[in-house]
Amino acid sequence: MSTSKKSRSLLLNIRNISIEGYSDEAWHPIIKGVDLQIKRGEVLGLIGESGAGKSTLGLAAMGFVRAGCRFTGGSISFEGKDLTKLSEKEKQKLWGTKFSYVAQSAAAAFNPAHTLLNQTIESSLSHNLETKENLKKNAVKLYREMQLPNPEEIGDRYPHQVSGGQLQRTMTAMAMTSKPDLIIFDEPTTALDVTTQVNVLATIRSIVKEHQTAAIYITHDLAVVVQMADRIQVLRYGETIEVAKTNQMLKSPNQEYTKSLWAVRSIQKKPQKKEDTILKIESIDASYDSGPMVLKNIDINVPTGRTVAIVGESGSGKSTTARSITGLLPPTNGKIIFQGRKLPARLSERSKEDLRRIQMIYQSPDTSMNPRHTVRDIIGRPLKFYHGVVGNRYTEKVIELLKMIELDESFIDRLPEELSGGQKQRICIARALAAEPDLIICDEVTSALDQIVQEGILKLLLRLQKELKISYIFITHDIATVKAIADEVVVMHQGSVVEQGLKKDIFSPPHPDYTKLLLSSVPEMDPKWLTRILTQ
Amino acid sequence: MHPIITTLIKRIGLGIVSLFFVTLIIFSSVNMLPGDFVEAVLGQSRTEETVRIFRQELGLDKPYHVRYVNWLTSAIQGDLGNTFSGRNATYANQPQQNTARSVSSLLQPRLFNTFFLAAMTAIIAIPLSLILGITAALYRNSFYDRTVNASALTAISMPEFFVAYVLIIFLASINQFFPSLSNVTSSTPFLERVYLSILPALTLTLVTVAHMMRMTRASIINLLSSPYIEMARLKGMSRTKVIIKHALPNAWAPIANIIAFNLAYLIVGVVVVEVVFVYPGVGQLMVDSVIKRDIPVVQGCALVFALTYILLNLIADVISIVTNPRLLYPK
Amino acid sequence: MSKASNQYSAKNEVSNTHVRRTIFQRSLISLSKAPFTAWLGMIIVSSYFFVAIFAPYLAPYGEAQIFKVPYAPWDNVHIFGTDRLGRDILSRLIYGARNTMGIALTTTFLAFLIGVGLGLLSAILRGWVDQILARFVDILMAIPSLIFALMLLSIFGSTALNLILIIAVLDSTRVFRLARAVGMNVVVMEYVEAARLRGEKISWIMGREILPNILPPLVAEFGLRFCYVFLMIASLSFLGVGIQPPTADWGSMVRDTGELIQFAAYDVTAAMTPILPAAAIGILTIGVNFVVDWFLYLTSGLKDEHQ
Repeated sequence: MSTSKKSRSLLLNIRNISIEGYSDEAWHPIIKGVDLQIKRGEVLGLIGESGAGKSTLGLAAMGFVRAGCRFTGGSISFEGKDLTKLSEKEKQKLWGTKFSYVAQSAAAAFNPAHTLLNQTIESSLSHNLETKENLKKNAVKLYREMQLPNPEEIGDRYPHQVSGGQLQRTMTAMAMTSKPDLIIFDEPTTALDVTTQVNVLATIRSIVKEHQTAAIYITHDLAVVVQMADRIQVLRYGETIEVAKTNQMLKSPNQEYTKSLWAVRSIQKKPQKKEDTILKIESIDASYDSGPMVLKNIDINVPTGRTVAIVGESGSGKSTTARSITGLLPPTNGKIIFQGRKLPARLSERSKEDLRRIQMIYQSPDTSMNPRHTVRDIIGRPLKFYHGVVGNRYTEKVIELLKMIELDESFIDRLPEELSGGQKQRICIARALAAEPDLIICDEVTSALDQIVQEGILKLLLRLQKELKISYIFITHDIATVKAIADEVVVMHQGSVVEQGLKKDIFSPPHPDYTKLLLSSVPEMDPKWLTRILTQ
Repeated sequence: MHPIITTLIKRIGLGIVSLFFVTLIIFSSVNMLPGDFVEAVLGQSRTEETVRIFRQELGLDKPYHVRYVNWLTSAIQGDLGNTFSGRNATYANQPQQNTARSVSSLLQPRLFNTFFLAAMTAIIAIPLSLILGITAALYRNSFYDRTVNASALTAISMPEFFVAYVLIIFLASINQFFPSLSNVTSSTPFLERVYLSILPALTLTLVTVAHMMRMTRASIINLLSSPYIEMARLKGMSRTKVIIKHALPNAWAPIANIIAFNLAYLIVGVVVVEVVFVYPGVGQLMVDSVIKRDIPVVQGCALVFALTYILLNLIADVISIVTNPRLLYPK
Repeated sequence: MSKASNQYSAKNEVSNTHVRRTIFQRSLISLSKAPFTAWLGMIIVSSYFFVAIFAPYLAPYGEAQIFKVPYAPWDNVHIFGTDRLGRDILSRLIYGARNTMGIALTTTFLAFLIGVGLGLLSAILRGWVDQILARFVDILMAIPSLIFALMLLSIFGSTALNLILIIAVLDSTRVFRLARAVGMNVVVMEYVEAARLRGEKISWIMGREILPNILPPLVAEFGLRFCYVFLMIASLSFLGVGIQPPTADWGSMVRDTGELIQFAAYDVTAAMTPILPAAAIGILTIGVNFVVDWFLYLTSGLKDEHQ
């Protein structure tokens, strides 16, 4: 967002703030002495990876700490007052008038028992800012500005009656009603699909600009924050890494960590063509419990020793396709041909050998490893189960596998909770390798990880493919990841395949309508991207 | 059709189905009696003739399902058969001297007494425990909360008869405020009936309030941790407004369930309390009949308890359904 | 921080990992922070177990030994007097710990065996097995359990074995529901799916993948169910349909001496005779409840209460 030239006065000044949280019977620091300034009408982007303390800091800007947390030092000055010293009553006067908050999950943040309009105006009404009639009129106006359908009537609906994107916009309108000085946006589009995200971003940006409201925009997505913010502050483990104007940070980030946030976008696999296929999916349909069809007539080919990326938004059927291949959700029609042989549809009908040859790696390593098993058990079980490896050979094999994933024997007796995110995902890869499979299905394996860790995992997978000639099916919603790893791409939408082809063919025009929409909706690092997309 | 009506119909249908199975279980119980209970009931001086007559009366000569249908149709009409006790061979030869009574006539006055006691307890216990539970949740971890919580935990752990005996010692024996025997009859005037029932009602109140209070506290704390409550606070709403406008409308369903659960608990607790205070209710009748192994009476009592239990749970679910905004205002 | 990220290596990846502590270390840390009520509870429970195990050495007389004087007053020979038949109250109290707790423990174990087994089976298999089991349990639970137990005891007769079997089956319905619910939460985890994709048998999935992860709630529930079973057996014995004489049992001791309560105004110690076993029941349940309450607090992660 362009910065207006006229000099602006300081609105909020956070000095050396520290916050602690209570867990495991002790207080742990969450924010370790952070400074944050924001001027009137300015949008500050707050970016960082999981555990950086962004949300805690965003809430602290309002003088609010969650239950189980406490301020331990520093000050938050707003209009000559220190928010850390105000009583709950005094802060209540500021909340909903001078400050507003837009939460990540609109679906949970709206009370299911009241209409949207009542919740929109409630705060201004209880602070006696305006008459009810004026507030209602104003709310309808804001609904219109937020491009909500039927702005006159949508307020009479209940939260569960409107879509996620609409709910997120209603929440922004709700935050605007009191004409606040500062709005905190806490990952407002993270729960939305990319194609929905574009419009929400655009309306948030225009309304904030229109009303000259200052905002703190919290996100983990650099490309998004670049569209929204005048200035960007990078956080890591509760400390500030770097603060700079958006353009400046893009051009020349000072810190290595900031540079690493771009990391994944630097890998580019050269696609290779291959004629013989290891897996052939022929017109399969699938549905859950005789419900509506979630997969319609899917055809996918996986060439031997290559990577096929399946892309699509949530609900496109990409994970369901994986479940059908593994036999967890037997298709109702069509067939799956693996290494030239038709696979039984059901998991229970497949032989041990069938199961061994197709392995799976999941999105969240936290839930895909049993928290009560050690690394030795986790990696060793497939060795014992499929190959009957026991005794000394067992430990040797496990260490061999650990080395293959760039870890060593010091990890062998650890529990999952003693590993970092990337290490956990590597153990999951080793578990898949232990079976000596021919095909690995990777379901969003990098999306729960920090950027720099993603890069490491992708490189590892590429190396393993080269060495062991494994084929991958790579399921993801992230276009950058597809560019990094795929040979071929399958685009899915609402349970159907839109197109399949070589990566370079899919990513270059002409595109089918949906592919075009999907590709154009993915935020780019260019700060002018959003403006450009909207004018197209 | 409006989704609320279809949901209600489904829920009521489920209630009827479980009631059907419950009657089936209760009916089958008599057939599970080991050995030849007919001979046991009639005693030493039975003759082949009396045994045959008794078997016929019980319908043992007919197939199982016919007997069940007959039993069920008469049960619906309020006829639960006759007691076993009072039958023995001597009298069976002269039917006019048979002292077996109809189960329903035995149950009727006692049913009124039991419901009177339960109602009296509910009137004190429900408001009291809701107030205690909600205030403990609002001021959680305060001294008040800890005290209320620890006392509730203590009260829950006490067997009903212990509470009852302690109350008797202090309120009926050492200080003779109330009678320790609650021998009400159908002709007892209302106020005297209340006076006689005070100790049993107090015992039941102590035990149920503890349960209900703890459950209310837990569900309110759970409700207060929802994101929309945090949102309301961030909108600058005062504590009272957050609770009245945002927590309360969503609290009806859990509270209805807690009340139903505890009223159901009440009708179980009633059994022991009635025995301690020799209160002439269904619980006492049931225990007596179990000891005498007078199966038709046991069946009748079990049916009454199960019916109340199912009905209470049904009402709670109906309240949750009609206060659910997702069902009230469908998409 | 920035240096580390420059030379990324998987081995040195930093993040908020947990420090491994042995069970013993964990217990020590927790114990040192245990509240007063938890300590009280632990002391109560362990002393009850002590009495139950060493009953024959602690009791002055046998549990069914009859003396000449019925209703003897409290004195040096019979510390808490004798009952209607002239049996020593103290000895019966001590043996009662063994009988009452033994039967309640056996029943609870049995209830857990049935409930956890079927509950996990239901959670893993889903489909019609789950439907049938869940509906069946719903129906069993539609009759209040004390009432159901009374009915079944009137049919099968009040022997200790019947008592254990009937209450274990009735109580297993609640264990079933809990095991099924917490089991479901674990079954949806991807590591269980991974085990199924590997082709593991149900017994492995149940025993190795699910059970270790649901132990804390099951242990807490075991405490609560024990209390419930214990109170139920005590109530049934008090009503005269539970544990039968001459076995010393607290519930039936209350029943046997109940009428003495009327004499509280004249002789308090006489009125104490039924109160003693009743209190013995109550204090154990309080103790177990205190321990369970603390254990739940430790394991539930519900620690939002430190404002």
